[in-house]
Amino acid sequence: MGLAKRIIPCLDVDAGRVVKGVNFVGIRDAGDPVEIAQRYNHQGADEITFLDITASHEDRATTVEMVERIAGEVFIPLTVGGGIRTCDDIRTMLNAGADKVSINTAAVHDPDFVYEAAERFGSQCIVVAIDAKWVSADGETPRWEIFTHGGRRPTGLDAVEWAQKMVELGAGELLLTSMDRDGTRQGFDIGVTRAISDAVSVPVIASGGVGNLDHLVEGIKDGGADAVLAASIFHFGEYSIPETKRHMTDNGIEMRR
Amino acid sequence: MTIAVIDYGMGNLHSVAKALEHVTHENVVITRDARRIHGATRLVLPGQGAIRDCIGELERTELRGMVDELLARQNKPLLGICVGQQMLHEHSEENDGVDCLGFMPGEVRRFPADMSDESGNRCKVPHMGWNLVHQHQSHPLWEGIDQNEHFYFVHSYYVEVEDDSVLFGATDYGRVKAHVATGRDATFAVQFHPEKSSRAGLRLLENFVQWMP
Repeated sequence: MGLAKRIIPCLDVDAGRVVKGVNFVGIRDAGDPVEIAQRYNHQGADEITFLDITASHEDRATTVEMVERIAGEVFIPLTVGGGIRTCDDIRTMLNAGADKVSINTAAVHDPDFVYEAAERFGSQCIVVAIDAKWVSADGETPRWEIFTHGGRRPTGLDAVEWAQKMVELGAGELLLTSMDRDGTRQGFDIGVTRAISDAVSVPVIASGGVGNLDHLVEGIKDGGADAVLAASIFHFGEYSIPETKRHMTDNGIEMRR
Repeated sequence: MTIAVIDYGMGNLHSVAKALEHVTHENVVITRDARRIHGATRLVLPGQGAIRDCIGELERTELRGMVDELLARQNKPLLGICVGQQMLHEHSEENDGVDCLGFMPGEVRRFPADMSDESGNRCKVPHMGWNLVHQHQSHPLWEGIDQNEHFYFVHSYYVEVEDDSVLFGATDYGRVKAHVATGRDATFAVQFHPEKSSRAGLRLLENFVQWMP
Protein backbone atom coordinates (compact mmCIF):
# COMPACT_ATOMS: atom_id res chain seq x y z
CA MET A 1 0.00 0.00 0.00
CA GLY A 2 1.30 3.43 -0.86
CA LEU A 3 1.14 6.17 -3.40
CA ALA A 4 -1.78 5.56 -5.77
CA LYS A 5 -1.35 5.74 -9.52
CA ARG A 6 -3.48 8.48 -11.02
CA ILE A 7 -6.27 8.42 -13.60
CA ILE A 8 -6.53 11.76 -15.40
CA PRO A 9 -9.35 12.59 -17.82
CA CYS A 10 -8.38 15.31 -20.30
CA LEU A 11 -10.76 17.94 -21.63
CA ASP A 12 -9.88 19.55 -24.97
CA VAL A 13 -11.48 22.96 -24.82
CA ASP A 14 -12.00 25.45 -27.65
CA ALA A 15 -13.35 28.89 -26.75
CA GLY A 16 -14.93 27.57 -23.57
CA ARG A 17 -16.51 24.45 -25.05
CA VAL A 18 -15.32 20.87 -24.80
CA VAL A 19 -14.44 19.77 -28.32
CA LYS A 20 -16.53 16.89 -29.63
CA GLY A 21 -18.47 16.94 -26.36
CA VAL A 22 -19.06 13.99 -24.14
CA ASN A 23 -21.63 11.28 -23.97
CA PHE A 24 -22.54 10.62 -20.35
CA VAL A 25 -25.90 9.65 -19.06
CA GLY A 26 -27.40 12.62 -17.25
CA ILE A 27 -25.14 15.33 -18.61
CA ARG A 28 -27.21 18.38 -19.44
CA ASP A 29 -24.71 20.24 -21.57
CA ALA A 30 -22.21 17.95 -23.29
CA GLY A 31 -19.94 20.87 -24.14
CA ASP A 32 -19.70 22.58 -20.75
CA PRO A 33 -16.24 22.02 -19.22
CA VAL A 34 -17.48 22.85 -15.73
CA GLU A 35 -20.26 20.28 -15.73
CA ILE A 36 -17.99 17.64 -17.22
CA ALA A 37 -15.18 18.33 -14.73
CA GLN A 38 -17.69 18.06 -11.88
CA ARG A 39 -18.93 14.76 -13.22
CA TYR A 40 -15.40 13.34 -13.38
CA ASN A 41 -14.72 14.62 -9.88
CA HIS A 42 -17.82 12.87 -8.53
CA GLN A 43 -16.78 9.67 -10.31
CA GLY A 44 -13.43 9.74 -8.52
CA ALA A 45 -10.99 11.09 -11.12
CA ASP A 46 -7.66 11.87 -9.46
CA GLU A 47 -6.92 15.02 -11.43
CA ILE A 48 -8.33 16.96 -14.36
CA THR A 49 -6.29 18.24 -17.29
CA PHE A 50 -7.74 21.08 -19.27
CA LEU A 51 -6.14 21.48 -22.69
CA ASP A 52 -6.94 24.83 -24.24
CA ILE A 53 -6.89 24.63 -28.01
CA THR A 54 -8.41 28.06 -28.51
CA ALA A 55 -6.77 29.66 -31.51
CA SER A 56 -7.73 33.31 -31.11
CA HIS A 57 -6.27 35.51 -28.44
CA GLU A 58 -9.62 37.15 -27.62
CA ASP A 59 -11.26 33.85 -26.76
CA ARG A 60 -8.63 33.10 -24.14
CA ALA A 61 -10.51 35.27 -21.66
CA THR A 62 -13.23 32.61 -21.87
CA THR A 63 -10.66 29.98 -20.97
CA VAL A 64 -9.64 31.87 -17.85
CA GLU A 65 -13.27 32.20 -16.81
CA MET A 66 -13.78 28.43 -17.32
CA VAL A 67 -10.73 27.63 -15.21
CA GLU A 68 -12.07 29.91 -12.47
CA ARG A 69 -15.45 28.21 -12.53
CA ILE A 70 -13.96 24.70 -12.44
CA ALA A 71 -11.59 25.64 -9.61
CA GLY A 72 -14.51 26.96 -7.58
CA GLU A 73 -16.36 23.65 -7.83
CA VAL A 74 -13.84 20.87 -8.26
CA PHE A 75 -11.41 20.25 -5.42
CA ILE A 76 -8.89 17.96 -7.05
CA PRO A 77 -5.72 19.05 -8.87
CA LEU A 78 -6.33 20.94 -12.09
CA THR A 79 -3.69 21.27 -14.82
CA VAL A 80 -4.12 23.77 -17.63
CA GLY A 81 -2.18 23.41 -20.87
CA GLY A 82 -2.20 24.95 -24.33
CA GLY A 83 -0.84 28.35 -25.23
CA ILE A 84 1.28 28.84 -22.11
CA ARG A 85 4.11 31.02 -23.44
CA THR A 86 5.04 33.54 -20.75
CA CYS A 87 5.25 33.87 -16.99
CA ASP A 88 2.23 36.17 -17.24
CA ASP A 89 0.25 33.33 -18.85
CA ILE A 90 1.23 31.10 -15.92
CA ARG A 91 0.36 33.74 -13.34
CA THR A 92 -3.06 34.24 -14.98
CA MET A 93 -3.88 30.52 -14.89
CA LEU A 94 -2.65 30.01 -11.31
CA ASN A 95 -4.65 33.02 -10.16
CA ALA A 96 -7.69 31.61 -11.90
CA GLY A 97 -7.29 28.49 -9.75
CA ALA A 98 -5.14 26.10 -11.80
CA ASP A 99 -2.70 24.06 -9.71
CA LYS A 100 -0.27 23.29 -12.50
CA VAL A 101 0.37 24.54 -16.00
CA SER A 102 1.65 22.46 -18.84
CA ILE A 103 4.28 24.00 -21.13
CA ASN A 104 4.83 22.50 -24.55
CA THR A 105 6.04 24.39 -27.63
CA ALA A 106 7.34 27.33 -25.61
CA ALA A 107 9.82 24.99 -23.90
CA VAL A 108 11.16 23.86 -27.29
CA HIS A 109 11.55 27.45 -28.50
CA ASP A 110 13.14 28.61 -25.24
CA PRO A 111 14.18 25.94 -22.72
CA ASP A 112 15.16 28.65 -20.24
CA PHE A 113 11.49 29.55 -19.96
CA VAL A 114 11.06 26.31 -18.00
CA TYR A 115 13.86 27.36 -15.64
CA GLU A 116 12.40 30.82 -15.21
CA ALA A 117 8.90 29.43 -14.60
CA ALA A 118 10.10 26.88 -12.03
CA GLU A 119 12.17 29.50 -10.21
CA ARG A 120 9.25 31.86 -10.05
CA PHE A 121 6.32 29.56 -9.34
CA GLY A 122 7.97 26.38 -8.03
CA SER A 123 8.59 23.09 -9.82
CA GLN A 124 5.44 21.60 -8.30
CA CYS A 125 3.27 23.57 -10.70
CA ILE A 126 5.36 23.22 -13.84
CA VAL A 127 4.52 20.31 -16.11
CA VAL A 128 6.43 19.98 -19.38
CA ALA A 129 4.49 18.34 -22.19
CA ILE A 130 6.64 16.20 -24.47
CA ASP A 131 5.39 15.10 -27.89
CA ALA A 132 7.60 12.24 -29.02
CA LYS A 133 7.72 10.33 -32.29
CA TRP A 134 9.59 7.14 -33.08
CA VAL A 135 12.38 7.92 -35.59
CA SER A 136 14.75 4.92 -35.65
CA ALA A 137 14.58 2.31 -38.39
CA ASP A 138 13.56 -1.29 -37.65
CA GLY A 139 16.43 -3.20 -36.11
CA GLU A 140 18.15 -0.05 -34.82
CA THR A 141 18.26 0.89 -31.16
CA PRO A 142 14.89 2.58 -30.61
CA ARG A 143 15.03 6.35 -30.68
CA TRP A 144 12.36 9.02 -30.34
CA GLU A 145 12.45 12.68 -31.23
CA ILE A 146 10.54 15.72 -30.09
CA PHE A 147 7.99 17.01 -32.60
CA THR A 148 5.95 20.19 -32.48
CA HIS A 149 2.82 21.40 -34.26
CA GLY A 150 0.79 18.29 -33.53
CA GLY A 151 3.56 15.94 -34.62
CA ARG A 152 4.21 17.58 -37.98
CA ARG A 153 7.42 19.46 -37.28
CA PRO A 154 10.59 17.60 -36.23
CA THR A 155 13.07 19.36 -33.95
CA GLY A 156 15.97 16.93 -34.05
CA LEU A 157 15.89 16.72 -30.24
CA ASP A 158 16.27 13.26 -28.72
CA ALA A 159 13.20 12.67 -26.54
CA VAL A 160 14.98 10.98 -23.60
CA GLU A 161 17.74 13.60 -23.46
CA TRP A 162 15.14 16.34 -23.76
CA ALA A 163 13.13 14.89 -20.88
CA GLN A 164 16.25 14.85 -18.68
CA LYS A 165 17.07 18.41 -19.64
CA MET A 166 13.54 19.60 -18.79
CA VAL A 167 13.79 18.02 -15.34
CA GLU A 168 17.20 19.60 -14.76
CA LEU A 169 15.71 22.98 -15.66
CA GLY A 170 12.92 22.52 -13.13
CA ALA A 171 10.00 20.56 -14.60
CA GLY A 172 8.13 18.94 -11.71
CA GLU A 173 6.32 16.44 -13.89
CA LEU A 174 6.31 15.30 -17.53
CA LEU A 175 3.26 14.73 -19.72
CA LEU A 176 4.45 12.36 -22.41
CA THR A 177 2.40 11.93 -25.59
CA SER A 178 3.31 9.51 -28.33
CA MET A 179 2.57 11.21 -31.64
CA ASP A 180 2.59 7.79 -33.34
CA ARG A 181 -0.17 6.52 -31.11
CA ASP A 182 -2.25 9.61 -30.40
CA GLY A 183 -5.76 9.04 -31.74
CA THR A 184 -5.06 5.45 -32.86
CA ARG A 185 -6.61 3.64 -29.86
CA GLN A 186 -3.79 1.05 -30.13
CA GLY A 187 -2.35 1.73 -26.70
CA PHE A 188 0.54 3.78 -25.38
CA ASP A 189 4.00 3.61 -26.94
CA ILE A 190 5.41 1.56 -24.07
CA GLY A 191 9.01 1.84 -25.32
CA VAL A 192 9.26 5.61 -25.00
CA THR A 193 7.22 5.65 -21.79
CA ARG A 194 9.60 3.20 -20.12
CA ALA A 195 12.71 4.92 -21.51
CA ILE A 196 11.69 8.33 -20.17
CA SER A 197 10.20 7.09 -16.92
CA ASP A 198 13.47 5.29 -16.11
CA ALA A 199 15.57 8.29 -17.13
CA VAL A 200 13.99 10.94 -14.88
CA SER A 201 13.35 11.39 -11.17
CA VAL A 202 9.98 13.15 -11.50
CA PRO A 203 6.55 11.62 -12.18
CA VAL A 204 5.61 10.81 -15.78
CA ILE A 205 2.05 10.92 -17.14
CA ALA A 206 1.52 8.63 -20.14
CA SER A 207 -0.77 9.86 -22.90
CA GLY A 208 -1.76 9.10 -26.48
CA GLY A 209 -3.40 6.02 -27.93
CA VAL A 210 -5.63 4.64 -25.18
CA GLY A 211 -8.39 2.44 -26.57
CA ASN A 212 -9.23 0.17 -23.66
CA LEU A 213 -8.55 -0.36 -19.97
CA ASP A 214 -5.74 -2.87 -20.51
CA HIS A 215 -3.81 -0.09 -22.23
CA LEU A 216 -3.94 1.90 -19.00
CA VAL A 217 -2.64 -1.09 -17.06
CA GLU A 218 0.23 -1.49 -19.56
CA GLY A 219 1.17 2.18 -19.30
CA ILE A 220 1.77 1.79 -15.59
CA LYS A 221 3.05 -1.78 -15.35
CA ASP A 222 5.16 -1.96 -18.51
CA GLY A 223 5.73 1.73 -19.16
CA GLY A 224 6.48 2.64 -15.55
CA ALA A 225 4.20 5.69 -15.72
CA ASP A 226 2.96 7.31 -12.50
CA ALA A 227 -0.29 8.48 -14.04
CA VAL A 228 -2.31 7.84 -17.18
CA LEU A 229 -4.24 10.40 -19.18
CA ALA A 230 -7.05 9.69 -21.59
CA ALA A 231 -9.88 11.58 -23.27
CA SER A 232 -12.15 9.73 -25.63
CA ILE A 233 -12.55 6.45 -23.71
CA PHE A 234 -14.00 8.43 -20.83
CA HIS A 235 -15.90 11.11 -22.76
CA PHE A 236 -18.00 8.77 -24.83
CA GLY A 237 -19.10 6.73 -21.87
CA GLU A 238 -17.24 3.59 -22.95
CA TYR A 239 -15.65 3.32 -19.53
CA SER A 240 -16.48 5.13 -16.33
CA ILE A 241 -13.82 6.16 -13.82
CA PRO A 242 -15.04 3.66 -11.14
CA GLU A 243 -14.97 0.84 -13.70
CA THR A 244 -11.46 1.90 -14.73
CA LYS A 245 -10.27 1.94 -11.14
CA ARG A 246 -11.71 -1.51 -10.49
CA HIS A 247 -9.89 -2.86 -13.53
CA MET A 248 -6.62 -1.31 -12.37
CA THR A 249 -7.06 -2.62 -8.83
CA ASP A 250 -7.84 -6.11 -10.17
CA ASN A 251 -4.51 -5.93 -11.96
CA GLY A 252 -2.64 -5.15 -8.78
CA ILE A 253 -2.32 -1.39 -9.31
CA GLU A 254 -2.83 0.85 -6.30
CA MET A 255 -5.75 3.25 -6.78
CA ARG A 256 -7.41 5.92 -4.69
CA ARG A 257 -10.77 4.62 -3.56
CA MET B 1 -16.20 35.82 11.78
CA THR B 2 -13.30 35.90 9.40
CA ILE B 3 -10.82 33.27 8.26
CA ALA B 4 -7.54 34.85 7.19
CA VAL B 5 -5.24 33.06 4.77
CA ILE B 6 -1.88 34.62 5.55
CA ASP B 7 -0.35 35.93 2.34
CA TYR B 8 3.38 36.45 2.70
CA GLY B 9 4.01 36.12 -1.02
CA MET B 10 4.70 32.42 -1.34
CA GLY B 11 2.50 30.37 -3.56
CA ASN B 12 -0.95 30.05 -4.88
CA LEU B 13 -3.50 30.82 -2.19
CA HIS B 14 -6.57 30.91 -4.38
CA SER B 15 -7.22 27.18 -4.19
CA VAL B 16 -7.28 27.10 -0.42
CA ALA B 17 -9.47 30.21 -0.21
CA LYS B 18 -11.91 28.75 -2.73
CA ALA B 19 -12.11 25.46 -0.86
CA LEU B 20 -12.75 27.27 2.45
CA GLU B 21 -15.48 29.36 0.82
CA HIS B 22 -17.03 26.11 -0.35
CA VAL B 23 -17.39 24.75 3.21
CA THR B 24 -18.30 27.90 5.16
CA HIS B 25 -20.36 31.06 4.94
CA GLU B 26 -17.76 32.85 7.01
CA ASN B 27 -15.74 35.56 5.36
CA VAL B 28 -12.47 34.25 3.83
CA VAL B 29 -9.72 36.77 3.12
CA ILE B 30 -6.25 36.42 1.63
CA THR B 31 -4.24 39.05 3.41
CA ARG B 32 -0.93 40.32 4.73
CA ASP B 33 -2.52 43.18 6.63
CA ALA B 34 -1.63 42.92 10.32
CA ARG B 35 -4.94 44.34 11.52
CA ARG B 36 -6.98 41.92 9.45
CA ILE B 37 -4.89 38.98 10.64
CA HIS B 38 -5.27 40.09 14.26
CA GLY B 39 -9.00 40.59 13.74
CA ALA B 40 -9.55 37.14 12.19
CA THR B 41 -11.13 34.32 14.16
CA ARG B 42 -9.11 31.61 12.39
CA LEU B 43 -5.85 31.55 10.47
CA VAL B 44 -4.44 29.49 7.65
CA LEU B 45 -0.67 29.42 7.15
CA PRO B 46 0.06 28.10 3.67
CA GLY B 47 3.48 27.63 2.12
CA GLN B 48 4.93 26.61 -1.20
CA GLY B 49 8.39 26.48 -2.74
CA ALA B 50 11.72 26.55 -0.95
CA ILE B 51 11.56 26.86 2.84
CA ARG B 52 14.37 29.43 3.01
CA ASP B 53 12.30 31.68 0.73
CA CYS B 54 9.17 31.08 2.84
CA ILE B 55 10.87 32.05 6.09
CA GLY B 56 12.66 34.89 4.27
CA GLU B 57 9.42 36.31 2.88
CA LEU B 58 7.73 36.01 6.26
CA GLU B 59 10.52 38.19 7.64
CA ARG B 60 10.62 40.59 4.70
CA THR B 61 6.87 41.22 4.91
CA GLU B 62 7.30 41.84 8.66
CA LEU B 63 4.80 39.11 9.46
CA ARG B 64 7.32 36.91 11.27
CA GLY B 65 6.95 38.68 14.63
CA MET B 66 3.19 38.57 14.49
CA VAL B 67 3.10 34.89 13.50
CA ASP B 68 5.50 34.05 16.36
CA GLU B 69 3.30 35.98 18.76
CA LEU B 70 0.09 34.32 17.53
CA LEU B 71 1.72 30.90 17.85
CA ALA B 72 2.86 31.70 21.40
CA ARG B 73 -0.63 32.82 22.43
CA GLN B 74 -2.62 29.97 20.84
CA ASN B 75 -5.85 31.92 21.25
CA LYS B 76 -7.25 31.15 17.80
CA PRO B 77 -7.18 28.05 15.62
CA LEU B 78 -4.43 27.93 13.00
CA LEU B 79 -4.06 25.44 10.15
CA GLY B 80 -0.64 25.00 8.51
CA ILE B 81 -0.58 23.51 5.01
CA CYS B 82 2.35 21.99 3.07
CA VAL B 83 5.48 24.10 3.72
CA GLY B 84 3.23 25.86 6.24
CA GLN B 85 3.40 22.63 8.27
CA GLN B 86 7.15 22.24 7.84
CA MET B 87 7.79 25.83 8.96
CA LEU B 88 6.11 25.22 12.31
CA HIS B 89 8.81 22.73 13.31
CA GLU B 90 12.37 23.37 14.47
CA HIS B 91 14.67 22.96 11.54
CA SER B 92 14.78 21.90 7.89
CA GLU B 93 17.65 20.31 6.03
CA GLU B 94 16.51 22.06 2.82
CA ASN B 95 18.73 24.85 1.41
CA ASP B 96 21.76 23.62 3.42
CA GLY B 97 19.84 23.92 6.67
CA VAL B 98 17.22 26.48 7.69
CA ASP B 99 15.96 27.33 11.17
CA CYS B 100 12.18 27.28 11.21
CA LEU B 101 9.59 28.79 13.56
CA GLY B 102 10.15 26.11 16.20
CA PHE B 103 6.58 25.99 17.46
CA MET B 104 6.79 22.19 17.57
CA PRO B 105 9.80 19.89 17.89
CA GLY B 106 10.93 17.95 14.84
CA GLU B 107 13.12 18.04 11.75
CA VAL B 108 12.23 18.50 8.09
CA ARG B 109 14.10 15.98 5.93
CA ARG B 110 14.40 15.21 2.22
CA PHE B 111 13.08 11.96 0.76
CA PRO B 112 16.07 9.81 -0.25
CA ALA B 113 16.54 9.58 -4.03
CA ASP B 114 17.19 5.83 -4.05
CA MET B 115 13.89 4.42 -2.78
CA SER B 116 11.79 1.86 -4.65
CA ASP B 117 8.36 0.31 -4.09
CA GLU B 118 7.49 -3.39 -3.66
CA SER B 119 7.45 -3.91 -7.45
CA GLY B 120 10.95 -2.49 -7.73
CA ASN B 121 9.88 0.76 -9.41
CA ARG B 122 11.66 3.90 -8.33
CA CYS B 123 9.83 6.10 -5.81
CA LYS B 124 9.82 9.44 -7.57
CA VAL B 125 10.63 12.66 -5.75
CA PRO B 126 8.60 14.88 -5.41
CA HIS B 127 6.12 12.57 -3.70
CA MET B 128 3.21 13.62 -5.90
CA GLY B 129 -0.29 12.22 -5.87
CA TRP B 130 -2.76 10.50 -3.56
CA ASN B 131 -1.45 8.58 -0.59
CA LEU B 132 -2.92 7.07 2.56
CA VAL B 133 -2.91 8.96 5.83
CA HIS B 134 -2.85 6.87 8.97
CA GLN B 135 -4.39 8.72 11.91
CA HIS B 136 -1.97 8.32 14.77
CA GLN B 137 -4.33 9.72 17.39
CA SER B 138 -7.81 11.16 17.31
CA HIS B 139 -8.37 14.86 16.77
CA PRO B 140 -11.44 17.03 16.04
CA LEU B 141 -10.05 17.67 12.55
CA TRP B 142 -10.21 13.92 11.73
CA GLU B 143 -13.93 13.83 12.58
CA GLY B 144 -15.86 11.93 9.88
CA ILE B 145 -12.68 11.02 7.95
CA ASP B 146 -11.84 7.33 7.56
CA GLN B 147 -8.69 5.83 9.00
CA ASN B 148 -6.24 5.38 6.08
CA GLU B 149 -7.97 7.83 3.78
CA HIS B 150 -6.27 9.17 0.64
CA PHE B 151 -5.08 12.77 0.54
CA TYR B 152 -3.26 14.68 -2.21
CA PHE B 153 0.46 15.42 -1.75
CA VAL B 154 3.16 17.34 -3.61
CA HIS B 155 6.43 17.61 -1.69
CA SER B 156 10.07 16.59 -1.59
CA TYR B 157 10.64 17.23 2.13
CA TYR B 158 8.74 15.82 5.09
CA VAL B 159 8.43 16.35 8.84
CA GLU B 160 9.82 13.84 11.30
CA VAL B 161 9.02 14.25 14.99
CA GLU B 162 10.25 12.21 17.93
CA ASP B 163 7.66 13.51 20.35
CA ASP B 164 4.55 11.37 19.81
CA SER B 165 2.29 13.90 21.52
CA VAL B 166 2.41 16.24 18.49
CA LEU B 167 1.95 13.44 15.93
CA PHE B 168 -1.55 13.05 14.47
CA GLY B 169 -1.00 11.40 11.09
CA ALA B 170 1.64 9.51 9.12
CA THR B 171 2.12 8.38 5.52
CA ASP B 172 4.45 5.68 4.20
CA TYR B 173 6.47 6.40 1.09
CA GLY B 174 9.26 4.01 0.18
CA ARG B 175 11.04 3.27 3.45
CA VAL B 176 10.11 6.65 4.93
CA LYS B 177 7.33 7.28 7.40
CA ALA B 178 6.46 10.94 6.89
CA HIS B 179 4.71 12.69 9.76
CA VAL B 180 2.11 14.41 7.65
CA ALA B 181 -0.19 15.73 10.37
CA THR B 182 1.15 17.39 13.49
CA GLY B 183 -0.31 19.76 16.03
CA ARG B 184 -0.46 21.18 19.49
CA ASP B 185 -3.03 23.31 21.33
CA ALA B 186 -5.01 25.39 18.80
CA THR B 187 -2.67 24.58 15.92
CA PHE B 188 -2.99 21.73 13.43
CA ALA B 189 -0.71 21.28 10.44
CA VAL B 190 -0.76 19.01 7.43
CA GLN B 191 1.71 18.22 4.69
CA PHE B 192 -1.00 17.25 2.20
CA HIS B 193 -3.33 19.67 0.41
CA PRO B 194 -6.82 19.44 1.91
CA GLU B 195 -8.00 21.98 -0.67
CA LYS B 196 -7.12 19.45 -3.42
CA SER B 197 -8.12 16.28 -1.60
CA SER B 198 -11.74 16.09 -2.73
CA ARG B 199 -14.32 14.99 -0.13
CA ALA B 200 -11.87 14.04 2.63
CA GLY B 201 -9.99 17.32 2.24
CA LEU B 202 -13.15 19.42 2.27
CA ARG B 203 -14.27 17.57 5.39
CA LEU B 204 -11.01 18.41 7.14
CA LEU B 205 -11.45 22.08 6.22
CA GLU B 206 -15.05 21.99 7.44
CA ASN B 207 -13.83 20.46 10.71
CA PHE B 208 -11.25 23.22 11.01
CA VAL B 209 -13.87 25.92 10.49
CA GLN B 210 -15.96 24.39 13.29
CA TRP B 211 -13.09 23.56 15.61
CA MET B 212 -13.31 25.15 19.08
CA PRO B 213 -10.05 24.23 20.80
